[in-house]
Amino acid sequence: MTRHLLFDRIDEPGLNTLSVYEKRGGYGALRKSLELPPAAIIEEIKQSAIRGRGGAGFQMGMKASFLPKGDMAKYLVCNADESEPGTFKDRELMQKSPHTLIEGMIITTFAAGIHHAFIYIRGEYQLQADILDAAVAEAEAAGYLGEDILGSGHSLKLVVHRGAGAYICGEETGLLDSLEGKRGNPRLKPPFPAIEGLYHGPTLVNNVETLGTVPTIMNMGGGEYAKIGAQGSTGTKLISVSGDVQRPGNYEIELGTSSRDIIYGLCGGPKEGRKVKMWFPGGSSSPVLLEQDLDLAYDFDTMAKAGSMLGSGAIIVIDDSHSAFEVAQKVVKFYTHESCGKCVPCREGTNWTQKFLARIESGEATPMDLDILASVQTQIIGNCLCVLGDAMAMPIGSIVVKFRDELEAEIEAARERANAPIYAAA
Amino acid sequence: MSAIDRRPPVKRYEHGSRVPGWDEAVDLTKPPATVPDPALTPVPEELRAAIEAEMAKYPDSKSASIPALHLAQRHHGWCSPEAIDQVACVMRLTPAYLTSVASFYDMFYLQPKPSNDVFVCTNITCSLLGADEFYAAMSQAAEGHDVSVRGFECLGGCDIAPMASVNGEYVGPLHLDDARLIVEDLEAGRPVLEHKQLRHRACADPGAASSAGAPDSVPPNPAAPEEPR
Repeated sequence: MTRHLLFDRIDEPGLNTLSVYEKRGGYGALRKSLELPPAAIIEEIKQSAIRGRGGAGFQMGMKASFLPKGDMAKYLVCNADESEPGTFKDRELMQKSPHTLIEGMIITTFAAGIHHAFIYIRGEYQLQADILDAAVAEAEAAGYLGEDILGSGHSLKLVVHRGAGAYICGEETGLLDSLEGKRGNPRLKPPFPAIEGLYHGPTLVNNVETLGTVPTIMNMGGGEYAKIGAQGSTGTKLISVSGDVQRPGNYEIELGTSSRDIIYGLCGGPKEGRKVKMWFPGGSSSPVLLEQDLDLAYDFDTMAKAGSMLGSGAIIVIDDSHSAFEVAQKVVKFYTHESCGKCVPCREGTNWTQKFLARIESGEATPMDLDILASVQTQIIGNCLCVLGDAMAMPIGSIVVKFRDELEAEIEAARERANAPIYAAA
Repeated sequence: MSAIDRRPPVKRYEHGSRVPGWDEAVDLTKPPATVPDPALTPVPEELRAAIEAEMAKYPDSKSASIPALHLAQRHHGWCSPEAIDQVACVMRLTPAYLTSVASFYDMFYLQPKPSNDVFVCTNITCSLLGADEFYAAMSQAAEGHDVSVRGFECLGGCDIAPMASVNGEYVGPLHLDDARLIVEDLEAGRPVLEHKQLRHRACADPGAASSAGAPDSVPPNPAAPEEPR
């Protein structure tokens, strides 16, 4: 169930320094990779079938192969703007083993012929950004970054770029705009970043965990790595479990582990006497699942089949002491605040949904309004440049469907408090 | 009386707007501010050097606008018109452009603020575990002190929920009493709630402390957190 590739002895003191990292065999994968032809590295990554760890789950090897070949200004951007509510896995990896990420980035840039790379880290992660800065300086001094890396002829400039607090900058094109020094508004796709991204050049955007896994893949071999995990979801995954569990935190599991083993086995489940009411399997953007879904295997395809998604691997557990209405309010408030305002369905849809929930609270809503609420969610999905609106619409839609009785009872109770006429429940 | 009549009145800002930020009408008769003239815009030498160092890191120097605004905010305490002008002068951009960028991001302040920042996460995990109560307690404790308290969206510290970021240092899980201690530590210039800082926390995964990439068997849990509440 648990298996440690990225989190292997992660708490070893000093692992954030080059000397300890090297003593453990760090940068060995880089030395090995620099002797291979670049195409062979992409091939290994393809063979590993690793799917992106940031949320969308797109195969990394495939994405890398979309990058045009040839000599031109290409960029690698590591997305470390970990802002999805419930997600904090990259934080621990960057804080405790920054060189894992740096090594993965050097290998990837060598394979894709890239000479400029950026780590876009969210501005709130000040400690982690400082640690990365120090690690980059150490790597530069040791000749792992800069000109002619280890005599291979490959050169790379790596810049740690701090954001300033905006969820939308975790969206890859919003991130690129922000990295260009603009407001972080998403762009129209296509062209996808692999064709036209940062400064109009082909750009590979990957999550911290995905890039951090590259050294492991090169050490093990893509074929070996693909044997870990489940069909269609290879490898291990860092997961962040939070909410009503007794041992919240980051864990590394083999994909395909049962969700019950994670929530109850690893994390101790909800407090004595409480039971799981609902859980978000992949951050607050994923449709909620119920207690009866706990026996599902935790991997990309099973979660998708269950009508949700694995997302960033952030499990938020909510026990039966909380109301579905309270959860919906919190989720909606977040997306309303974070909508960048570029696309109307998202800007107005999130705002309208928040006002609607306020109507429920003040006793003005009727059960019929729930149907309108659900229909507004379907009008957001797929109609914007990015998925921020969808990220609210999907969980809210699922809460309306799965907790309809509870929301109707909430509406009636609020109407009673407000002395409004009571509608009989359907 | 129906429920509608008892609705709380909608908060209105000046000019009858429901949206804050529209209180001061822009003077459209004035010509727009252009890129500041270096001869007329004195920039502190260390700020200029730091901004130029940031600009040199990128293929396109405009990319440094967020790092440069961070630097100016640290120097001036907030993104004052003077601070924006100085950044604009060094980066050769218009103040309007930089203001548009600064107003997009939560961490930039376009109004003067106290020198200490407490961001209390009030997102889903933290609020389920009592962040709203803590936010109220924190706001109360900070009253009359040089501390700004803000409810913030997910800070990525859900494992220590309810949590807060105090001048960038993540602390949690927080009790209501911690609000007072945070203010005391800030006033005394001590590290804030040192025993609750995230930087000292071990990984929750029991296997992370053990060896090798092999499947683990016994899960001792060195990182078992104390009872959250």
